[in-house]
Amino acid sequence: MTRYLRYLVPLVLFLLLAGLLYRGLSLDPKIVPSPLIGKPMPAFTLPRLDDASATISDTDLKGKVSVLNIWATWCTSCRAEHGTLLEFARANKVAIYGLNYKDNRADAKRWLMQLGNPYIANAFDADGRAGMDWGVYGAPETFVMDKQGIIRHKHIGPLTRQVLATEILPLIAKLEATE
Amino acid sequence: MYRIIAALALGLLLCSGPLQATATLESFKFASTEQELHFKDLISELRCLVCQNQSLADSDAELAHDLRAEVYDMLQAGKSDEQIIEFLVARYGDFVLYSPPVKPSTWLIWFGPFVLLLFAAMLLLRSLRRQQQAPQQEISDAERERLEQALHNNESGEGPRS
Repeated sequence: MTRYLRYLVPLVLFLLLAGLLYRGLSLDPKIVPSPLIGKPMPAFTLPRLDDASATISDTDLKGKVSVLNIWATWCTSCRAEHGTLLEFARANKVAIYGLNYKDNRADAKRWLMQLGNPYIANAFDADGRAGMDWGVYGAPETFVMDKQGIIRHKHIGPLTRQVLATEILPLIAKLEATE
Repeated sequence: MYRIIAALALGLLLCSGPLQATATLESFKFASTEQELHFKDLISELRCLVCQNQSLADSDAELAHDLRAEVYDMLQAGKSDEQIIEFLVARYGDFVLYSPPVKPSTWLIWFGPFVLLLFAAMLLLRSLRRQQQAPQQEISDAERERLEQALHNNESGEGPRS
């Protein structure tokens, strides 16, 4: 028995290490887990994108399951995900808000006019201060909040149909089912 | 030859002047050089999330600019290093720290190497002890005879047979 153990132990150790390293290969180092998951969303009060005299705040997102999408016209991946966002909005499953991050107001308004507007409303975060509170480090990012305004999920990078189907929509259904 | 070297050295000196000035990034104002050094120390210990292998001090990413300004403002407002680090960790996670804090999820990286070292030392000790305890084997008469024969052959210049 002990004779086999001599060979078995290093083999098992090797396989464990190989498995760990193999897993590491498929991880994207650009995706940094957010410490905000499970915490209440950061408070903000910002001017609306479409109307600088009106404001939008975190309380507007509370009381229902909500999605906050961080985007900008200078962000090419945002353009890539825009079609998916429009589809997502058309499905009418959840309230989608936007945070227009460090952008130019006129450019952003033109973008929504030309490409379509999936958002209920957009907050205009000119200096990125609100984005900082949300731990934004690269648009696009998408947060999902439950009815109490607790952040339940963060997706980093462009939304795709697959991401919606596997990550976002099942979560929204679950959050809708709970009080 | 000396002139060329001198000219090159002078050129380098002239080039490095303005380069160094841009290397300090934005032109933040400090009351003292001590404060400035403290600021630089702090931002070089923090990691930029966009260019992940650069510190906040080195990165030219937009976010790094914003975060440097934020750290600067907080320092000017009299916040401590701990408060500033807490601010960043609350938003971006432990990822902004080059040295991760000791907590259950990081025990493996902090203590793993020492555990391995201990394990290896134990193995080494065990095998050393086993060697010492191994009984000294007596050789038999037949073996002794063969040994002497071999030595004798060697002395007579024939060398060992291959």
